[in-house]
Amino acid sequence: MLRFFLRRFVVAVLVALTVLTFAFLLTRLSGDLAISIAGPNASQADIDTIRQVYGLNRPLWVQFFDWLGRAVQGDFGESYFFRDRVSKLIGERIPITMSLGLTGLAIALVVGLPLGILAAVREGSWVDRAVSLVALIGQAMPSFWLGLILMIVFGLKLGWLPISGTGSWEHYVMPGVVLAFSAIPSLTRLTRSGMIEVLASDYIRTARAKGLTRFSILVKHGFRNAAIPVVSITAVQLGFMLGGSVVIETVFALHGVGFLAWESISKNDFPVVQAVVLVLALLYIGLTLLADLLNAVLDPRLRT
Amino acid sequence: MTSGVTVRAGGRARLLGNWAFLLGAFIVGGCAVIAVVVTWIMPHDPFLIDLNRRLIPPSWMEGGTPLNFLGTDQLGRDYFSRLLYGTRISMLIGVLTVITSGLIGITVGVLGGFYGGKIDDAVMFAITTRLSIPAVLVALAVAALRGTSLTLVILVLGLLLWDRFAVVARSTTMQLRNLDYVAAAWCAGVSPWWVLSREVLPNIATHLAVVATLEMALAILLEAALSFLGLGVPAPLPSWGLMISEAKEYMFFTPWMIIVPGAALFVLVMGVNLLGDALRDMMGTDLSR
Repeated sequence: MLRFFLRRFVVAVLVALTVLTFAFLLTRLSGDLAISIAGPNASQADIDTIRQVYGLNRPLWVQFFDWLGRAVQGDFGESYFFRDRVSKLIGERIPITMSLGLTGLAIALVVGLPLGILAAVREGSWVDRAVSLVALIGQAMPSFWLGLILMIVFGLKLGWLPISGTGSWEHYVMPGVVLAFSAIPSLTRLTRSGMIEVLASDYIRTARAKGLTRFSILVKHGFRNAAIPVVSITAVQLGFMLGGSVVIETVFALHGVGFLAWESISKNDFPVVQAVVLVLALLYIGLTLLADLLNAVLDPRLRT
Repeated sequence: MTSGVTVRAGGRARLLGNWAFLLGAFIVGGCAVIAVVVTWIMPHDPFLIDLNRRLIPPSWMEGGTPLNFLGTDQLGRDYFSRLLYGTRISMLIGVLTVITSGLIGITVGVLGGFYGGKIDDAVMFAITTRLSIPAVLVALAVAALRGTSLTLVILVLGLLLWDRFAVVARSTTMQLRNLDYVAAAWCAGVSPWWVLSREVLPNIATHLAVVATLEMALAILLEAALSFLGLGVPAPLPSWGLMISEAKEYMFFTPWMIIVPGAALFVLVMGVNLLGDALRDMMGTDLSR
């Protein structure tokens, strides 16, 4: 068990280091960073000053190890635009993105799991077909478009919910629903296929023969076993949702990490972009590691 | 987990009787035809600006004219022509991205699954790393740094979306590697290239086709999202995502300008997914897990 954990952990650290390098190289893609920062109207003198101030005149590898050395200590430098520590900027916005991600995940689980179980119990019936239709619709729905439609209907026409901003819990309802839509299809399908497999097994027949209640059979005996793959996909989905928050936070002007990233990208504020890519990647790596460990705890067969 | 490498008997016959497959084929086929012939069938020039005829509603609404079936946009360009032209952009993005990412992913995955050992470790590492990189964010950053263009969007998406191809190619190849007919080919003394191209690839092709539909749908949605954020396909090209973005300013006055391109996007992606689902049913396996 311990060896499995260690091995998984070492791989995660190596992946994190690779992503770190990638995030650094990504912002050097433009050729000359100083020209991008200075903007189109800058003179040669401005560009030279910027190069000097940000240390962009040093060799690339010196810049890299300098950045790496600070980044592993949680210091991502200073934002060009906000004139503030990048770590502080991100720290302030992480709670908003996390709230959005968890709201979306909660909605997706509340909708997706029962739908999946229902479809599995009534396999092949119209209920099953209706559930796959829901999954199909969720899969094809462009998230930003759904966001705008919800804004028009619930924000403008009905006036039930605020259209944009971050003030209260009501601001998270529409973005949460939109985010949930991206996770519902895979959660539903996974729960359905897992449940169908489990319901066909011998111990379910035994449970039935013992005369247990339908609820007890489905939830205690059935779902607990079907849940194993769902647990890991849930953690991974949360990671994807945090990554996908860029689009939704921009639509709803929700000032989380995604919105910060979009703002910084349009303002050529590369220390921030670098750091956000890195933080989102690290969150994802952490979540998948957690998922693997949870899986190993839940299902001893996987500990290899 | 079933091995599921073989196509179930009678699969093709079932495919043709499957309404989901027929609907999917109709939508995707229709869009493909429109994408090819659009320059001959569009009623107006989708780039022609006419500031005297701005924001005309669709023909069936009050104030609409039969001249512009879906009305005109904020610059007086014919919305229906732009919508039709957008089909070409979405199909182009979908197909070319899948070709690029497919080439990368299948090569990487087959190599890992076929050779195993250290090579497979490296492949798994590459897949894990790729998955932990937030795709939308990276695509946005690259577009901001290198300037937006259609080619760039295709290239970036192609370089980012190869992971599922690699995962599926790897696992299916692994299952095949130990089967008797592959062993038989080895015994006949053929080269590794022969085994890969004649024994392995044809037998994992259906699985890869399913992945191709999933990735095509994803690529089309991602391009729309990037263009919506202003860092995808550049104006004045009528990408559906860009059309929604341009209409956003007027969304509370002219909601149809948002609804129309979004609905087109939804229908096309739905069609691609229906095709994929039908293919998956035909194989009798579930790749979504």
